[in-house]
Amino acid sequence: MADKRMTEAEVVSELRSGMTIGIGGWGSRRKPMSIVREILRSDLRDLTIVSYGGPDVGMLCATGQAKKVVYGFVSLDSIPLEPHFRAARQNATIEAMELDEGMLQLGLQAAAWRVSFLPCRAGLGSAILDVNPSLRTVASPYDDGLDFVAMPALHLDAAIVHANRADARGNAQYLGTDWFFDDLFCRAAKKAYVSCERVVATADFVKEGHESSIKLNRSMTHGVVEAPFGAHFTHCLPDYARAEAFQREYADSAKTPEAWAEFFEKYVAIGDHAEYRARLGLGVSS
Amino acid sequence: MSADLSPTEEYSLAELCVVACAEAWRGDGEILASPIGTIPMIAVRMASLTFEPDLLYTDGEAILLAEPIPVGVGPDHPRIVEGWMPFRNVFDMVWSGKRHVMMGATQVDRFGNQNIACIGPWAKPKSQLLGVRGAPGNTVNHPTSYFVPAHTTRAFVESVDCVSGVGYDRAAAAGRTAREFHEIRRVVSNKAVLDFETPDHRMRLRSVHPGVTVDDVVANTGFELVIPADLAATRSPTAEELRLIRDVLDPKSLRDNEVKP
Repeated sequence: MADKRMTEAEVVSELRSGMTIGIGGWGSRRKPMSIVREILRSDLRDLTIVSYGGPDVGMLCATGQAKKVVYGFVSLDSIPLEPHFRAARQNATIEAMELDEGMLQLGLQAAAWRVSFLPCRAGLGSAILDVNPSLRTVASPYDDGLDFVAMPALHLDAAIVHANRADARGNAQYLGTDWFFDDLFCRAAKKAYVSCERVVATADFVKEGHESSIKLNRSMTHGVVEAPFGAHFTHCLPDYARAEAFQREYADSAKTPEAWAEFFEKYVAIGDHAEYRARLGLGVSS
Repeated sequence: MSADLSPTEEYSLAELCVVACAEAWRGDGEILASPIGTIPMIAVRMASLTFEPDLLYTDGEAILLAEPIPVGVGPDHPRIVEGWMPFRNVFDMVWSGKRHVMMGATQVDRFGNQNIACIGPWAKPKSQLLGVRGAPGNTVNHPTSYFVPAHTTRAFVESVDCVSGVGYDRAAAAGRTAREFHEIRRVVSNKAVLDFETPDHRMRLRSVHPGVTVDDVVANTGFELVIPADLAATRSPTAEELRLIRDVLDPKSLRDNEVKP
């Protein structure tokens, strides 16, 4: 029986520059931040990031490791505009593929189902088709005279997601009200890595929540990282809410390069997730 | 402004906007009403308590509420759950057409094209905003309305910088598949209510808020509006609507953060 437990550093050692990496969660909600910070400390570069974006995208823009971002939006929720992403777009330091939120779902679904595209209305008439000249439309092969956007499959080299619970075999459980698109990110990826608040015995899943909350089965995942507060400062309900004051500090770090350098030194460069938790007192008795 | 107020009730502009937004959902029945922003959220809940009781709506996250709760309360506030609406089910609602969203609009033009993505050229924006979010899909799948808390020539523009929500001219040019379910129902601002009920779907002044003149609206709109001869004033809140807004749905007056009293 496979034991897929690994550290953030081991996950990142399996990633390569130039890869397309999908990141689960939504905005500033349940983002796999401990793995993201490990990427920030690495020499990975030229990454294509696919995300319902939040601080994951912002930070990878700030370090210059994101070459291209595929997104429907990038937001910190309680702070609507992601400041580092804004700076990267306004200075044109990243390549952007902007999509309707639903199109992003279909692109992941198409990759997961191994079809070239999925048809949708979304995009028709909007700037999305103008700013993404690679997007095509497709005429219905049936006698209804309709033409749809053919949303292409978004194939991922790797996906990283954060769940509430997982077992060592790579099943994962979501205890909040929305698991967002984490399962699709995993299915669209060659390899998927799930961090979680707590690794539990398989038999304990049903003590934690209903069977329907076990959204990832082990065929979908390649690695499991136990990372309590691994989504901090984004929320990971019901385990913890968003750390709003910390998020404001993060947002302020976009004001000057010096402010970002200071934030990076203080919270990213300090070391692994255990160091981060110790610095912030996250579930660590001092 | 007092000359136009109801003789028995004083109300704020924010409260008037709540009622004007609520009216956008009148007649919608059993569909998902999706409000973006505080005033539209109060509006949906008020509509559900008064003239549109069958609307479905969420807590702002993934829970469908059987009865309204006040805006701005935490997750521990008691609520009656009638269903579950995670994001992918929202897209199911969008693509099935059983939804009417009221979004914001940084820019909107005469045909209802809306921009929330960026200001300036998309390739290198002067100001990056949210991105198009769900606007492209919303507008070609089900009715969409907009709430613009500050009616200015910066918001009501000749031409938007990045078409996020699709307007009538663009939908027509994109063909039948884009047109089939396209409807921009209403634009509500702090000065007026507007719609597209004209032969060529150009934006029309539907009503002006009490105390606002047509000239004021025209001066703050960056394109020519269709102005009907028999223009009415936006209806005032009823006493019951004011009670619901103040005592039940928004006791913390969060509405005043969107439209100043």
